[in-house]
Amino acid sequence: MDRVPILRLGDCLLVTVQVDMHDQLAMTLQDDLTNKIVATKARGVLIDISALEMVDSFIGRMLGNIAAMSRILDAQTVVVGMQPAVAITLVELGLSLPGIRTALNVDAGLALLRSVLDRSDEGAHVD
Amino acid sequence: MSIEPTTLPVRSGEDVVKVRQAVRTLAMDLGFSLVDQTKVITAASELARNTLTYGGGGEVRIERLNQGPKRAGVRLTFEDRGPGISNIDLALTDGYTTGNGLGLGLNGARKLSHEFDIWSQPGVGTRVTITRWK
Repeated sequence: MDRVPILRLGDCLLVTVQVDMHDQLAMTLQDDLTNKIVATKARGVLIDISALEMVDSFIGRMLGNIAAMSRILDAQTVVVGMQPAVAITLVELGLSLPGIRTALNVDAGLALLRSVLDRSDEGAHVD
Repeated sequence: MSIEPTTLPVRSGEDVVKVRQAVRTLAMDLGFSLVDQTKVITAASELARNTLTYGGGGEVRIERLNQGPKRAGVRLTFEDRGPGISNIDLALTDGYTTGNGLGLGLNGARKLSHEFDIWSQPGVGTRVTITRWK
């Protein structure tokens, strides 16, 4: 069966969605990613959707689920690379992806994750 | 006037992907902008999933509309013989769902289209037609 590959990058996981995702593939990715977060003790998840030609409400919900599940597993999620046309369409559709951090590209996303993780580490020391 | 209508099955997740691809090919061929392509593909994806999830599968008719040299469009008609929708107004409300989705699909597809028509009869089926002009 098709699977979206999940790469390890230090304490982060990188997911590059490169195919036109059908619903089952999206569900499988959700499961695989949560398992991998636990197995690798990852602190951050970066999802690159620059190759996706559209994000409909189903994929939007999947991204939200991944962000929520990651948070519960003590990992932060950043979605990167959304095409402008996809962003315009999403907003018109009525979906603003609440609770999902975004960045323009993988570099910016990694930097954002770094700063979020550093901040949460400081917080842990203070507490 | 419309030429080369195509009818595709909507019976699996892979079919939904094929519908998106067929709609994209037609929209590109008609010279839709990237944003307009994305809108009509997204609307098609929402409606195809509804046909699959709520209608128990069905089919879509994909039509190329050519009304004069400056008016080209895509018309999509999704049809199923599922349980039908008893309250269409409610089904068109953002956030309302009888499944486990976000309840944005049907009204989202309407927002992304220039023309929207829905017919449904409980126990008989549902037909949704959208048109997006270039």
